[in-house]
Amino acid sequence: MEQERDQSRLLAMYHTMVLARSLDERMWQLNRQGKAPFVISCQGHEAAQVGAAFAMRPKHDWIVPYYRDLAMMLAMGMTPREVMLGLLAKAEDPSSGGRQMPAHYSHRALNIVSHSSPTGTQVPHAVGIAMGAQMRGDDIVVWTAFGEGTSSQGDVHEAMNLAGVMKLPVIFFCQNNGYAISVPQHKQMGVENVSDRGPGYGFPGITVDGTNVLEVYEAMSAAVERARRGDGPTLIEAKCVRLTAHSSDDNDRTYRSPEDIKAMRTRDPIASFEHFLRDEGLLDDAKVAAIRAEIKEIVNDATAYAEAAPLPDPSTVQKYVFAE
Amino acid sequence: MAELNLLEAINQALDQAMANDERVYIIGEDVGQRGGVFRVTDGLHAKYGEKRVIDAPLAESIIIGSSIGAAMYGMRPIAEIQFADFIFPAFNQIISEAARMRYRSNNTWEVPLVIRTPYGGGIHGALYHSQSIEAFFTHIPGLKVVAPSTPYDAKAMLLAAIDDPDPVLFLEHKKCYRLIKGYVPDEHYTVPIGKADIAREGSDVSVITYGMMRHYAVEAAEMLAGEDISVEVVDLRSLVPLDRETIINSVKKTSKVLVLYEDNLFGGYGAEVAAIIAQDGFEYLDAPVQRLAGLDIPAMPYSTPLENEFLPTPSKIADTLRDLVNY
Repeated sequence: MEQERDQSRLLAMYHTMVLARSLDERMWQLNRQGKAPFVISCQGHEAAQVGAAFAMRPKHDWIVPYYRDLAMMLAMGMTPREVMLGLLAKAEDPSSGGRQMPAHYSHRALNIVSHSSPTGTQVPHAVGIAMGAQMRGDDIVVWTAFGEGTSSQGDVHEAMNLAGVMKLPVIFFCQNNGYAISVPQHKQMGVENVSDRGPGYGFPGITVDGTNVLEVYEAMSAAVERARRGDGPTLIEAKCVRLTAHSSDDNDRTYRSPEDIKAMRTRDPIASFEHFLRDEGLLDDAKVAAIRAEIKEIVNDATAYAEAAPLPDPSTVQKYVFAE
Repeated sequence: MAELNLLEAINQALDQAMANDERVYIIGEDVGQRGGVFRVTDGLHAKYGEKRVIDAPLAESIIIGSSIGAAMYGMRPIAEIQFADFIFPAFNQIISEAARMRYRSNNTWEVPLVIRTPYGGGIHGALYHSQSIEAFFTHIPGLKVVAPSTPYDAKAMLLAAIDDPDPVLFLEHKKCYRLIKGYVPDEHYTVPIGKADIAREGSDVSVITYGMMRHYAVEAAEMLAGEDISVEVVDLRSLVPLDRETIINSVKKTSKVLVLYEDNLFGGYGAEVAAIIAQDGFEYLDAPVQRLAGLDIPAMPYSTPLENEFLPTPSKIADTLRDLVNY
């Protein structure tokens, strides 16, 4: 029975990762067709996010994401249609009704909090949510994500410091893909691991292979348990790969060597997880083909739905500056 | 009903808000056991405990940033920035996050947050304990900015700010803290944010002002009453939203107007008020809109003669008004 549950969880993880990748790839196609002015990608981060998501309780725990967290959004319950509504800036987009750029995810019903473009500003919000939960005695865990570039921001330091002081139920989840747009990690920090800083704030810092969904899941499960026990925060650094340029407006060929890009491609988290699942006997060619066909249908449906959905009414531009 | 100074009125409002609503908590530097460097939160730590009166680390951005998160979670944080001059490390959290949250989430999230901070000079605070910061913050739609100048208004508007579903920057003029006294009802009451107050009725000339300058303007008006000049003083109280109607009505009545503020003249909040009067009140005016404000130097200096030279004073205000009525 337990083994069955484990197996179905593994397949659900795989499904979410492939769905995220397929949606992401479709976004780039729509961008190149001139239908979506901007895309920012999750590709290469799927294992980190799905591993993290499966250790949490959707609609109970709180998510304070950043713009690469597509797979996390799907795992927490945002639908592919909702994602595509955001990409095409449609009125029904649950994140912002087309006000923010795509991938600035927010979903009140799912406890997913709106964030801005200059990342790092969301990390103090996660700490504040955890303070609220601690004051009320709620047993939630707050997960917030950012890249290694953002770890240089003062807001991240201030947030971790206060979380350490108050022993708050926050998980600081750094998705380190080695590049902050074009700037490589060695120009960003004097340490090898972002997680080295955890003990400096009075809580554990752990580095995991962010391309290995199960390794992330294990580390996250321990951090979630620790947070729910009231023992405080954990800093988890998931070392990821960024399989695309920073965004659709970037060209990573101008700052990454062909060797670097080639080496990165060998660390595709979906390819390695699929390999693992085949070895475990959970997947074969026929099952993979069936899953991919099903996901293609989902992506087609989401695209068609969002394309047909109405744009925001220009007369609404002045709404919701203040409560109405 | 008791006679309180401005600081005591704010303390009473905080106490009542915390007693009425468990979601309300205070966070700031030295606000706990010390009761704040001005003692505005005096006694609240003892009464409500360290979980609701939180001594924060010395880091303004997390004071505001964490309060934004807690507000989104359903709490009612009151964040204190020890001096308005120290608010700039939190500028990004206030303008990019708190002020824009409702708009950018298409009304799905809101930030019911009050940020209290002492501002203004004339107390030998020098460059970094005297600044007026309102011009920076009134520029951003989504943030309310209030600056009550009497104990009655301070209590009422703080309680209104705490009830408000949007972020409110609550400016407390530190020279008013102990100097300005008045009768304050004991019970919970509010003054709506967005309504100006006629501090003194008059018919010859209007002064549109706020903060400590309200009191200086009333002093100047009293000086001029002996010269048979009748001065109306409008205390804006709420800078965003602005009570345009009361301003224009006063201009209609007197036809001459001085916009008075303590901040640097150039690009100050009063520049917007002057522009509104020029645009919407032009046909009622008998003289150009005048402005009197702090000097355009980086900030208020320490030494007494330098500080006095920086600030509009009752006699400078009276001089300006004499010239204006004789225009």
